[in-house]
Amino acid sequence: MKISVIITLKQDVLDPQGKVIHQTLDGMGFEDVNEVRQGKYFEIDMKETDYAKAKTKVEEMCKKLLANLVIENYKIIDPK
Amino acid sequence: MKSSVITFPGSNCDRDMDVALKKFGFKNKMVWHDDSELPKSDLVVLPGGFSYGDYLRCGSMASKSKIMQSVINFANSGGMVMGICNGFQILVETGLVPGVLLRNKYLEFICKNVFVKINDKQNRYFKNVNNEVLELHIAHNEGNYFCTKDQLKEIEDNNQIAINYCDESGKIDDKFNPNGSIKNIAGILNKEKNVLGMMPHPERMIDISLSGEDGSLFFKNLINNLK
Repeated sequence: MKISVIITLKQDVLDPQGKVIHQTLDGMGFEDVNEVRQGKYFEIDMKETDYAKAKTKVEEMCKKLLANLVIENYKIIDPK
Repeated sequence: MKSSVITFPGSNCDRDMDVALKKFGFKNKMVWHDDSELPKSDLVVLPGGFSYGDYLRCGSMASKSKIMQSVINFANSGGMVMGICNGFQILVETGLVPGVLLRNKYLEFICKNVFVKINDKQNRYFKNVNNEVLELHIAHNEGNYFCTKDQLKEIEDNNQIAINYCDESGKIDDKFNPNGSIKNIAGILNKEKNVLGMMPHPERMIDISLSGEDGSLFFKNLINNLK
């Protein structure tokens, strides 16, 4: 079962890469951008077939390794 | 005095640290990250480098390696643990010291000498250092110290800031902040003051013909404080 995770920076954390991407987009003519925030995306293929159990494990992975909760939030995307 | 330097895959300042520690009288052992037992040590050093290629977040993989559980136990029982540069990044990922190290504010890899002011001289790392200001070397891409407001209050209330970026005279100002760190923080201690994380490399400043000697002051003092 594939479970996806999106990690984003918390709102009050500076994202210099996002800022530069924003500036570049601006320079390319995409002038209608308010802000760009860069994050991370993971696809985790789990052996577990029970979704609830798999999700609990992925949540634990997020807390222990994938995200640093001082600066990042995680969001688990339900499989389609 | 016995010390141990942990080598992770991608560490590249481990041998420099070994040379520095030995020069000032430590009996040093190199310890592989995949070992589980820490040799008897008075000081454990997590060296600089690019452990695990800085994948995911700098220091995040190394903080979960086998030896780190022993290092964490050693620190929690009062042992002296020092993380330099990538070692500092590993320490924040273990939670032994608060906060995180973000990408440098202006997105450049910074490699230069800086001045740091010693903020706290009660701890065993900087106690009895005569100088107020040290000239040390930094070389990093992610040294932008960040923590939450609550963490910052706690750090300041407990006097956990070890060193701040400053100018030659010791003036701490945004102008002398190389990487965007909150409050010009270059190094912090844990609450108990036995764990130190800092971005500057004292091991690069131990030879008068190659560099300055402010790193020598640091190591000479450290070994005396541990005796």
